[in-house]
Amino acid sequence: MAVTVRIPTPLQKLTNGVEEVESSSGSVMDIINDLDAKFPGIGERLAENGKVRRFVNIYVNEEDIRFLQAELTFINDGDEISIIPAIAGGSK
Amino acid sequence: MDKEFTSEQLQRYQRQMMLPGIGLAGQQKIAESRVFIAGAGGLGSPAGYYLAAAGIGRICMADDDVVELSNLQRQIAHNTERIGMSKTKSAEISFKSLNPNVEFLAIQQRITKENVAALIEDHDIVLDCSDNLSTRYLLNDACVLMSKPLVSGAVAGFTGHVTTIIPGQGHCFRCIFEDMDPYDKSLDSQPGILGAFAGVIGSIQAMETLKIITGIGETLQNTLLIYDGLKSEFRRVHAARNRDCPACGENPTIKISGRG
Ligand SMILES: [Zn+2]
Repeated sequence: MAVTVRIPTPLQKLTNGVEEVESSSGSVMDIINDLDAKFPGIGERLAENGKVRRFVNIYVNEEDIRFLQAELTFINDGDEISIIPAIAGGSK
Repeated sequence: MDKEFTSEQLQRYQRQMMLPGIGLAGQQKIAESRVFIAGAGGLGSPAGYYLAAAGIGRICMADDDVVELSNLQRQIAHNTERIGMSKTKSAEISFKSLNPNVEFLAIQQRITKENVAALIEDHDIVLDCSDNLSTRYLLNDACVLMSKPLVSGAVAGFTGHVTTIIPGQGHCFRCIFEDMDPYDKSLDSQPGILGAFAGVIGSIQAMETLKIITGIGETLQNTLLIYDGLKSEFRRVHAARNRDCPACGENPTIKISGRG
């Protein structure tokens, strides 16, 4: 079993359209680094100097990492990470 | 406060009054409630339609746009004959023809930081059916400040979000999405959308509103519901009040401000 990372639509342009990426257990920061190795550029979009960017929302399973140990939160095999950006539209 | 229902009304609302938890008392609460809907588009159309059908006492809808042909694949409160008419006027005609018992207030205005407080002041619940983040932050900040429940819905492509904010009792929109992400320039763009997809999210907003009014069930308070239309999958993530939130935290820095 691995860690599943769900990539939201706006970031899929950085993953060549891939919606779900597998990674191995480690801290949130380890996983971001692993993502960046697979898809160069996505790391910079999500984090800066080893910290998750302020307006980026990352959830482990159902929990916001801000209320856990932020980028140091340890992610186990079988966990699911989602990156959830705000949505603007009401389709007006 | 007891409202006497006419026999027309008793017949009209019969099927929902049969539901456990609604009954005559619940219908009275619905009939006495005043709801503000920001936006008469893809979300405001279904949300407003179902709330009007359910017999909400007063619906106030604000939108500064007029009906265009390209709106009609999703904005079902409008129709082909009303192209060029203000969207709120068109929604008024549709909702009143569905249910003449509803009082409707059409506000053909853009929501701004100058008018937001006055617009929502006389209402019990606010629905965010807007199409941009500036308005979303503005409505959130005003609702937090004025302690108004806010049911926020948003759609982009095949992704939809709904969350219910009860100020003082849980998270607010900024506890999840603190501010606009300067890195994400795609957010205010207008991607494609299917009408039926917006219909799902707008209908959930109407359901949340009716649950707040009648007190039945559990709302999406402290929850962000995420709908993936392609996979037909609903997911929930936990939202919580953030002590550092600029709107509802311990040292709020925001009064009533949006951007733009
Ligand atoms: Zn907050």
